[in-house]
Amino acid sequence: MDFATILQQLGSGMLKTVGIFLWTLVLSLPLGLLISFGRMSKNRLVAVIFKFYISIMRGTPLMLQLLVVYFGPYYLFGINISGSYRFVAIIIGFVLNYAAYFAEIYRSGIESMPIGQYEAAKILGYSRTQTFIKIILPQVIKRILPSVTNEVITLVKDTSLAFSLAYMEMFTIAKQIAAAQTTMMPFVVAAVFYYIFNLLVAVVMERIEKSLDYYK
Amino acid sequence: MNILEINHMKKAFHGLEVLKDISLTVKEGEVVSIIGPSGSGKSTLLRCATMLEKMDGGDLIYMGEYAAKDEGGKSVYAEKPELKKFHHYFGLVFQNFQLFPHYSVLKNITDAPVSVDKISKKEAYERADRLLKQLGLSDKRDAYPYQLSGGQQQRVSIARALALQPKILFFDEPTSALDPILTSEVLKVIKELAEQKMTMIIVTHEMEFAKELSDRIIFMEEGIIQEQGTPEEIFASENPRIRDFIGKFKS
Ligand SMILES: Nc1ncnc2c1ncn2[C@@H]1O[C@H](COP(=O)(O)OP(=O)(O)O)[C@@H](O)[C@H]1O
Ligand SMILES: [Mg+2]
Repeated sequence: MDFATILQQLGSGMLKTVGIFLWTLVLSLPLGLLISFGRMSKNRLVAVIFKFYISIMRGTPLMLQLLVVYFGPYYLFGINISGSYRFVAIIIGFVLNYAAYFAEIYRSGIESMPIGQYEAAKILGYSRTQTFIKIILPQVIKRILPSVTNEVITLVKDTSLAFSLAYMEMFTIAKQIAAAQTTMMPFVVAAVFYYIFNLLVAVVMERIEKSLDYYK
Repeated sequence: MNILEINHMKKAFHGLEVLKDISLTVKEGEVVSIIGPSGSGKSTLLRCATMLEKMDGGDLIYMGEYAAKDEGGKSVYAEKPELKKFHHYFGLVFQNFQLFPHYSVLKNITDAPVSVDKISKKEAYERADRLLKQLGLSDKRDAYPYQLSGGQQQRVSIARALALQPKILFFDEPTSALDPILTSEVLKVIKELAEQKMTMIIVTHEMEFAKELSDRIIFMEEGIIQEQGTPEEIFASENPRIRDFIGKFKS
């Protein structure tokens, strides 16, 4: 197998890796915000439930969570797993896991906001929703951006965990080719791919941070 | 006409009585200063009057309408939708400004009129430009709060409050976070408002300033109004606590 063929085969995996990455971000960023609201709920029971959820998600391996999401329906309810569920299971697993991490980041950001900002908004007559969306959230986003960047970079590397469900993303393919052809080459290509991917992520996140630099 | 009427206001935090029995009436165009030692409940009084805190007992009345009414020793507040209306009646200027850092000066001043009071953008901008001119900030229109001195930030926060055209403006130690030079530029603005007959309640440690512009001065201590009167009366008071207090702040 020549280099071009290896690249071509890895190429289709790269697209799938990028797919996992984008779907996870798009879904887990908003879900994380909702979970942080649950975690900060004034209702003690609700707060405890979300706290427990977050601690499970952060305290057990993501790979294990993926296996549970994928095989759970069969073992628990005897539902036959169809092939098309593989991708869905991966996205569900990643989103549930990453939303928990993002929830804690949102929470730390929201709790770090000075109470005076809420009070100033209240005096001016803003509703609670307006206060959160117009006054609090934009400042929270600026504050948490560095922590979010860390998570996003971890996510790029974590996408390789999809191999545990034999999903044909980049890393799974690289492993197969390496085993079949007894060559290191696919791993080298994979490493370069993840590295460049993360460079891009860093550039994009830096851009976003810069665009919020207009105030302190 | 009475803009504000407070009857027998009481407030405790975890059993600690901070406001014991405060009654106070402010007429249209009146400027009232509140002085008194730290911890005497001045901020709590303003926070209850502006509904940042709920008082335990007493009446809170703006423009003859009850925001809260004492029933059997307990304050009962109006229903939520009705309470919203009261936010049109007052503004509050904080010691540490509390501008919105992610908004420009102009946006700080125009956003609430547009998104809360639903006035047109055009009118909000006209109001803002008039206020900025009046407060000597026209060249700071597009600046962000972090680019301003403390005195400029405080003047913007005054403009932000005025843009909603409140009936009464409360100030909680508006210059305590400022050095003397910046203090004087903020005091000058408040004096101009007094000349324009803006109704105001000002908590301050600036004795000369209070003496000069107040129609009435209230001396508060330990959660009660110990004495109130014209500046002349208060500054000539025989009450040793007042004499002692004023003496400490005269430079
Ligand atoms: N949210 C609060 N919780 C508990 N105690 C409070 C709270 N706000 C004020 N106090 C207490 O009430 C008293 C009066 O405070 P404050 O109204 O800030 O006085 P002043 O503004 O005259 O210095 C102080 O003893 C203060 O510790
Ligand atoms: Mg105070």
